[in-house]
Amino acid sequence: MNQFLRLLPSLLAGVLFGVGFFTFHFAEGLSYFSNDPNACANCHIMREYLDSWQKSSHHTRAVCNDCHMPQHLASKLWTKADNGWNHSVKFTLQTFSDPIRIRSANAGRLRANCIRCHEELTSDIRVAPAHARPAELDCVHCHAGAGHGSRR
Amino acid sequence: MKSNRWTYIGLSAAVAVATFLVTMLLMNIGQRKQEARQSYLELARLTEDTVDPAEWGKNFPREFDGYKRTVDIQRTKYGGSEAFSKLDRDPRLRRIFAGYAFELDYREERGHAYSLKDQDETERLKQRPQTGACLQCHASIIPAYRKLGGGDVMKGFALVCPMPFAEARKLVSHPVACIDCHDPKTMAIRVTRPGFLNGIKAYKKSQGIDNYDPNTMATRQEMRSFVCGQCHVEYYLAKDTKLVAYPWAKGLKIDDIEAYYDETKFSDWKHVETGADVLKAQHPEFETWSQGIHARSGVACADCHMPYVRQGAVKISDHHVRSPLLNIERACLTCHPFPASEMKLRVETIQDRNAKLLARAEDALVALYEEVKAARAAGVGSEKLTEALALQRKAQFRTDFVNAENSMGFHAPQEAARILGEAIDYARQGQLAVRRAR
Repeated sequence: MNQFLRLLPSLLAGVLFGVGFFTFHFAEGLSYFSNDPNACANCHIMREYLDSWQKSSHHTRAVCNDCHMPQHLASKLWTKADNGWNHSVKFTLQTFSDPIRIRSANAGRLRANCIRCHEELTSDIRVAPAHARPAELDCVHCHAGAGHGSRR
Repeated sequence: MKSNRWTYIGLSAAVAVATFLVTMLLMNIGQRKQEARQSYLELARLTEDTVDPAEWGKNFPREFDGYKRTVDIQRTKYGGSEAFSKLDRDPRLRRIFAGYAFELDYREERGHAYSLKDQDETERLKQRPQTGACLQCHASIIPAYRKLGGGDVMKGFALVCPMPFAEARKLVSHPVACIDCHDPKTMAIRVTRPGFLNGIKAYKKSQGIDNYDPNTMATRQEMRSFVCGQCHVEYYLAKDTKLVAYPWAKGLKIDDIEAYYDETKFSDWKHVETGADVLKAQHPEFETWSQGIHARSGVACADCHMPYVRQGAVKISDHHVRSPLLNIERACLTCHPFPASEMKLRVETIQDRNAKLLARAEDALVALYEEVKAARAAGVGSEKLTEALALQRKAQFRTDFVNAENSMGFHAPQEAARILGEAIDYARQGQLAVRRAR
């Protein structure tokens, strides 16, 4: 009996690790470290965004991470962790507003990626006039279909 | 030693709780994955005779849950689903409908769940006998048509329409239900109402398309408006056959509809105050929507009135059909990237403007009635008033077309304004015609 009691924490920890690893595996946790666009649709909400990306002009050139993630490894991992935490909490507890909207921090990351590829082409128009919007012009305000196809 | 024991117990408990939570998460993920397969369990066998929505609900509980919510009563600024009296809100309407059943009882429509009950209870029906024609849209009636017609829905339709209402009422038991818009085998949306099938066929013929059958020739997106257009339309009861008919043989615009009525010499009743042969517009939502920017952009009725809604990992059409103003996030924000408050303001701005113009049109109509009455009192005969009464018919139909339409101008703001502008002009022209006749 004493022997069993002494082993109990290890047993419990073993169960936790077992269930934990299985859950991680079942939820395809490793896929989130990849660049595979399908990983984003693991969380079912993203299905229509994956679908509409396939209908967009950019789908042959850029995957989700090319536009939505910073390209530096450390900030990329941090962004994934930050969004991953938010998405999984909100989806699991079903506490998000529908339709979903990009947060301003993520919108900034998105714009940085537009500019990363189209820097030279847009250098003239990105010089915002003094009386214009506070931030730089938002690319997807006009180019809404660039990444996610038509709304229909 | 004692603190060691507490650490030991606390740690074990913490690990157990953590395991408990991780298992909950695991189950949750499993459930969502299951939902995402969008499979359904066929608990009830559905056939062309399954009218009861509860049977369909056994297989499709999410959609049925939304359908049941159409009992909700909630008012918007100009509409919604509360049966307030439009006659009390706007007493001019009592004079506009003088001599017609709508002068007795005219209310805002409630949800689909009440479509049969409200028809049973309206004073229009109690005090002025109606026919079985009403039930084409107020009940889930297709199986009854089929049975009565010996397998032929069109034949049954022709038999039920002329029946006295009370007799036809015995043939049906449910308000608008699943089977009216869905194929029980495939769940594909479809149109069933004979009046609509005849009407859309005549409309497409005017565009050079013969034998149009929406169930085989329409796109899915078109069907997502046609199912609503089965009933939310301008219709009339044909004088000879008593059938519900849609006046679309020349087109869907008010001018086309009016030309059709003029050509067939149709009028709904003789206006009691003036003696004009006038038309009653019903609820031309489908026609008005077809002239607006949303239709032009390919947005269907269902996109705003039954927007997609997420339940866990499942995405379904919200079967709680209602005013988009009661569901702005899903109805508008999917396409319009603005806050809900902004969208509400935009809609109400359009509606406020329309309401003001509509009030002017009604005032102009009433002024015309006064002018005609005064002329008659002064001994001016009907033969001299022909022109004025013809102008009243035009003004009256236009005013009513916008008033009876259930969006307070929103479905096609500019078109509604054009119609009301013409209505005001025709009514004032009518006054001038009376003065010339005196």
